[in-house]
Amino acid sequence: MAQAPSGNADNNTAEAFLQGGSLRHAPGPYFGNYGGRWMPESLIAALDELEETFNKAKDDPGFRAQIADLNKNYSGRPSLLTEAKRFSQHAGGARVFLKREDLNHTGSHKINNVLGQALLAKRMGKTRIIAETGAGQHGVASATAAALMGLECVVYMGAEDCRRQALNVARMELLGAKVIPVTSGSQTLKDAINDALRDWVANVSTTHYLLGTAAGAHPFPAMVRYFHEVIGEEARAQILEQEGRLPDAVCACIGGGSNAIGIFHGFLDDPSVKLFGFEAGGDGVETGRHAATITLGKPGVLHGARSYLMQDDDGQTIESHSISAGLDYPGVGPEHSYLSDIGRVSYEPITDSEAMDAFRLLCRTEGIIPALESSHALAGAIKVGQRFAAEDAASAGEKIIIVNLSGRGDKDVATAAEWFDLLDKNSAESEIGKEGEQL
Amino acid sequence: MAGHAETASKAAAAIDRARSQGRAALIAYLPAGYPSVEDSIAAGIAAARNGADLIEIGIPYSDPVMDGQVIQAATTEALAKGFHVSQVFDVVAGITSQTDAAVLVMTYWNPVVRMGVDEFSRRLAGAGGAGLITPDLIPDEAGEWMEASEKYGLDRVFLVAPSSTPERMQRTVDASRGFVYAVSIMGVTGARSSVSSAAKDVVSAAHGAGAERVCVGLGVSNAGQVREIAAYAEGVIVGTALVKALGDGGVDAVASLTKDLSTGLTRETGSTQEAGA
Repeated sequence: MAQAPSGNADNNTAEAFLQGGSLRHAPGPYFGNYGGRWMPESLIAALDELEETFNKAKDDPGFRAQIADLNKNYSGRPSLLTEAKRFSQHAGGARVFLKREDLNHTGSHKINNVLGQALLAKRMGKTRIIAETGAGQHGVASATAAALMGLECVVYMGAEDCRRQALNVARMELLGAKVIPVTSGSQTLKDAINDALRDWVANVSTTHYLLGTAAGAHPFPAMVRYFHEVIGEEARAQILEQEGRLPDAVCACIGGGSNAIGIFHGFLDDPSVKLFGFEAGGDGVETGRHAATITLGKPGVLHGARSYLMQDDDGQTIESHSISAGLDYPGVGPEHSYLSDIGRVSYEPITDSEAMDAFRLLCRTEGIIPALESSHALAGAIKVGQRFAAEDAASAGEKIIIVNLSGRGDKDVATAAEWFDLLDKNSAESEIGKEGEQL
Repeated sequence: MAGHAETASKAAAAIDRARSQGRAALIAYLPAGYPSVEDSIAAGIAAARNGADLIEIGIPYSDPVMDGQVIQAATTEALAKGFHVSQVFDVVAGITSQTDAAVLVMTYWNPVVRMGVDEFSRRLAGAGGAGLITPDLIPDEAGEWMEASEKYGLDRVFLVAPSSTPERMQRTVDASRGFVYAVSIMGVTGARSSVSSAAKDVVSAAHGAGAERVCVGLGVSNAGQVREIAAYAEGVIVGTALVKALGDGGVDAVASLTKDLSTGLTRETGSTQEAGA
């Protein structure tokens, strides 16, 4: 480890890792000082039931076989590990490999988690799932899993997001889900989570809350990570097979942090592999309009977990801002807060502008249109590669960086077209783009 | 509860005063800063002078997951008008200086974490506050609060629910001080036409676990429902109906609704819950 543990971390665990212990498979409820259950008593029994069901399922070969079958024959796993040779030239010459979660069914890593949780819902005898969504990716994935498994599905989505993402609303409805526009509070993703929790309290006997990221009350952070660990396991095996060695760095974007924790998990115990999480820097962290929770937030409790949080001096949650709806969340998963404090993962902000440049670069150098979320990881990889080159130009070309390409950018075409001014001023698409529509 | 000096609990004392009069206690919920800081003090005083034994002052919070639409709208308005958390101490002091009511603060946990649990507790005690009602803090996570509440002599009101297992019920009752808040139904705050039958079972389970004072909240909005609950619980908590009255008719409406609600408190049988039952 190059970096020393810092902050108020659980130093015993950090020390244990530095002395050769393991950071993998952290079971929760606590990750150092983070995690836990800051939840109404009414929901504790449901969380206990979920934890027990999950723990039994994990140890059940039948369940693991079900997941493996769905991953292979429904999602299309394993996802590819593609070397991005032309893109690499812009990353200080380091060799950049893309973990292609964009090729999964529904177009992102989200499918890994929804299939796992939907199976658990069925095991618990629940007939209804509820979910929150920002841009609609997790909502679409949840609606997909519900359709596949014959569950009723209700998705909470900020009223403003519903308007901007009309096509994703239609997509969820085509899949049989009911979308409820959220008009409370700031009408954004965090309020959609609030309304989903209110629904869950009232309907917990029939309903599972299918949370979309590795945040929330225990067991959600550890459980959501578990379903995404396949990303890191595949990536590690693939790079060993293709290159015969581990990468020098792994880069991922961080909103709540589910794709990142999934890929990081495969490499947590490999001290030679530097891990980087890239948060949404929005207009720039100095402007206050961003979603750089770990970079600038302070520890607090929101949605069931203690973690870094964007909050004001009164402890009121601050609204986040990002061009990427999937990163536009003022909280972050508790395991990331811990990994930051002990110095195992470096978290840095990437501005909208940097992400959009990386977005266009991947389109033009590799013929791959990435999600805006994943574009933050790409922009980060460029920086990491250039740093390698600055440190030692001679060896830069031998460095290997894996980027988790967490999703595809089809949904983001209108936003990108508006950003790059590609639309005829009078076209219908231009009008849609101004509204921030993501197709 | 067991192990504590009962005389030190302001909430317990207020409930016991009602009990000695052969009735249940009335707990009135009002949000701090709604419709203004001054009016929330006036509303609290009006409630206390018209039959409320305890006043529960809510801190407006950005993410109130246990609240329904009426309270959400009121607290969102208070925040929009610039309410700051430290003003809750002005509201508490404003009411305790003018009435004998025990004044508790109802708060989601993050504002307390942000100020610092010890600092928040010190200032609450300094304002004459009785303690805290904590809808999203369970005893499992309450280490710092247990310590601070002991240090400053504050009541710890945790919630129990129809879904609480016997083990959790016991743990929560043991951790509570002042009274135990029994959630009447699985849901969020808001007026409902009838009181769930689950409420009586929750109260019974809390008594069985050793709770001497159990108060029922969520969905209670009229004197008839108060009467129904007063027959088996030590206290009745009314929130949404009072907040709606305050919004619609101002402080006078709070006074008259509280007076009306308090007519339901007397136990028709005349029997009282024995201490330690």
